[in-house]
Amino acid sequence: MSLPWKHAIVVGASSGIGEALARRLAKDGCRVAMVARRKDSLDRLADELNSAAGSTIAFTAAHDVANRGEVPFLFQELAKELGGLDAIFYAAGVMPTVAVDEYNTEKDAMMMEVNTIGAMAWLNQAAVRFERTKRGTIVGISSIAGDRGRRGSPAYGTSKAALNAFLESLRNRLARFGVKVVTIKPGFIDTEMTQGLPGLFWLISADRAAELIIAAARAGRNVAYIPGRWRIVGMVVRAIPSFLFRRLSI
Amino acid sequence: MGIEGNYILPSQNLELVEGWGMSSDAVAYVFRPSTLQGIRDVFEIARTSGRSIAFRGAGRSYGDAALNSENVVLDLTRFSRILDWNPDTGIIRVESGVTIRQLWEYILPDGWWPPVVPGTMFPTLGGCASMNIHGKNNFRVGPIGDHITEFEILLPTGELRRCSRQENPDLFYAAIGGFGMLGCFITLTIRMKKVYSGLMEVEPINTPSLDAMIRIFEERMERADYLVGWIDGVASGKNLGRGVIHEANYLKPGDDPNPAQTLRLDYQQLPDTILGLLPKSILWRFMRPFVNNAGVRFVNLAKFLSSRILDRGGKKFRQSHAAFAFLLDYVPNWKRSYGVGGLIQYQSFIPEAHAAGAFKEQLTLAQRAGFPPYLAVFKRHRRDDFLMTHGVDGYSLALDFRITKKNRRAIWALAAKLDQVVLNAGGRFYFAKDSTLSAPSVKQYLGESAVRKFRKLKEACDPDGILETNLYRRLFQSPEAADAEPVEHAR
Repeated sequence: MSLPWKHAIVVGASSGIGEALARRLAKDGCRVAMVARRKDSLDRLADELNSAAGSTIAFTAAHDVANRGEVPFLFQELAKELGGLDAIFYAAGVMPTVAVDEYNTEKDAMMMEVNTIGAMAWLNQAAVRFERTKRGTIVGISSIAGDRGRRGSPAYGTSKAALNAFLESLRNRLARFGVKVVTIKPGFIDTEMTQGLPGLFWLISADRAAELIIAAARAGRNVAYIPGRWRIVGMVVRAIPSFLFRRLSI
Repeated sequence: MGIEGNYILPSQNLELVEGWGMSSDAVAYVFRPSTLQGIRDVFEIARTSGRSIAFRGAGRSYGDAALNSENVVLDLTRFSRILDWNPDTGIIRVESGVTIRQLWEYILPDGWWPPVVPGTMFPTLGGCASMNIHGKNNFRVGPIGDHITEFEILLPTGELRRCSRQENPDLFYAAIGGFGMLGCFITLTIRMKKVYSGLMEVEPINTPSLDAMIRIFEERMERADYLVGWIDGVASGKNLGRGVIHEANYLKPGDDPNPAQTLRLDYQQLPDTILGLLPKSILWRFMRPFVNNAGVRFVNLAKFLSSRILDRGGKKFRQSHAAFAFLLDYVPNWKRSYGVGGLIQYQSFIPEAHAAGAFKEQLTLAQRAGFPPYLAVFKRHRRDDFLMTHGVDGYSLALDFRITKKNRRAIWALAAKLDQVVLNAGGRFYFAKDSTLSAPSVKQYLGESAVRKFRKLKEACDPDGILETNLYRRLFQSPEAADAEPVEHAR
């Protein structure tokens, strides 16, 4: 099925969900600009997508989302290279291992930088553009981990909870301009981030996740759990009273 | 991608810019300078940021001629002062953002009228010169370029060059009709037409077929000041090409008993209401249910039959210049009746000897494809001396097609077939209207030598190639772009 977007930026496209999104968008005829730190991985992916398409449809920009000062220029340049911009997918994210008794501010700050501040830097650019042009789709890859404050990784959950609130605010600001803002809350996805984590279940591939994310964005959903069954988990988790939740080892 | 020495364009200049037909658009950084220095500054901004510049007047080109995706659009509508007017000679000097409306409203009380106007009064004169627009009197007086005596053009090199038929004639004949690809018109000096009344004498003539319409055009073109034909684009078979011609003539001195009154602006203004009641600003909403094959069939039949009954016997009437000239302004925003996908206008120009056959074939092709044109306008033309001219000693037929998400591809395919008819007949096209042409077709109709000469001039005037539009990239830049599918925009 053809996409409603002809030009898209994917931030965090060198692996995982971001890479899968870039692949699917390119396969369905969308010109795609891929942003990530790992230039080699991006270039390899771009070569592959361009050869499959038979023309240049994939572009790359090496960028660390922590360097937010670079974003306004990069954003403009990528839109120029693409020849337009209809959608942006923010998929950059980190989840370093944090021990249950570890309180590491450096790690926490890094998660906030990449998962939240980086998203703000990129999506603010998109918000300005889409508000002015009265069209566009913003997709933020958050996590079900943002629904509650868990024992496991306080800063990761916080970064995603902040991202959820940020995306909801953008949605409330931009809806009147015809701009869609979609919050994606994936469950367990088979990516580098989840490699070696204990207790994974309902695991789906990054490609399947990308397919579901694109379908949710195309449908203009406000919030989508990926896959959908995680919505029930999310509802249950959110409904658990705090005095019980703190006794659960999740 | 490097980010050193970067220049960030101001996001407050980012705008969605549409072609007039609403079927193509682009996001661009739009600047609206009001002085020559301001225009120079925009050139500098474009250079520093590594972007190309497109000039835009009132944005009345139907397609992508004034669009420049993700680059700079230099909008000249605020660069709009009338610099000098001599009511004795009829010579006026204006900045390029002055509109046809400003022009006629300024000169008419002195007994002058622009020698050439399009069907709407809103285009800027810079835009009119860039496209070398024509009017319903093209067969008589040529395009607007034939009445421009001199202009100043700002080249991307920073040089402000004066051009006339004597001074820099190559650039004069190429920049007029050069769709803004050689430089930015700064001032234009134009010779106006003396009139002795604010009225025209108009005669409608009902014509049962295209052959009959052409016959009447040929009979009358020697003496008529204006001739324009409306064609029922839905009628087929023996009725193919039926329609109504309107001939209009200037009044001679003494014909108008009260020219002082009719030359006043309040006498010319188009009414704001229909029958004094219904505001015309909302009329397009009532037209919308009729903008489909069945609705247009009904409206066209009613229009044709009422003309056949009412226009018998060469009945003439008098109409103000504005009312006759600016038919497209009668219903504000009428294009909205075509829906969100908008419309394209397909206009081609065919030498007289092949016109009847070619236009019948075009109408038949469109009808067979299931896309009869919802508006079809027929005009007589003549040759001119401009390099990128659309002028022929023959006729043009302008066909309006509604564009929807569903039919877009099919309309583009139809347009490619219509192109072939035009090329086979030795015809030409018009960039102000174009949305669908391909690079090979352009090369074929303009001829290699004209294209080569144009490219050479462009290299001289714009050595870094910073002047571009979506249309230029589509038709002149890459063979890949020329064969590309039409761009669909997410809405």
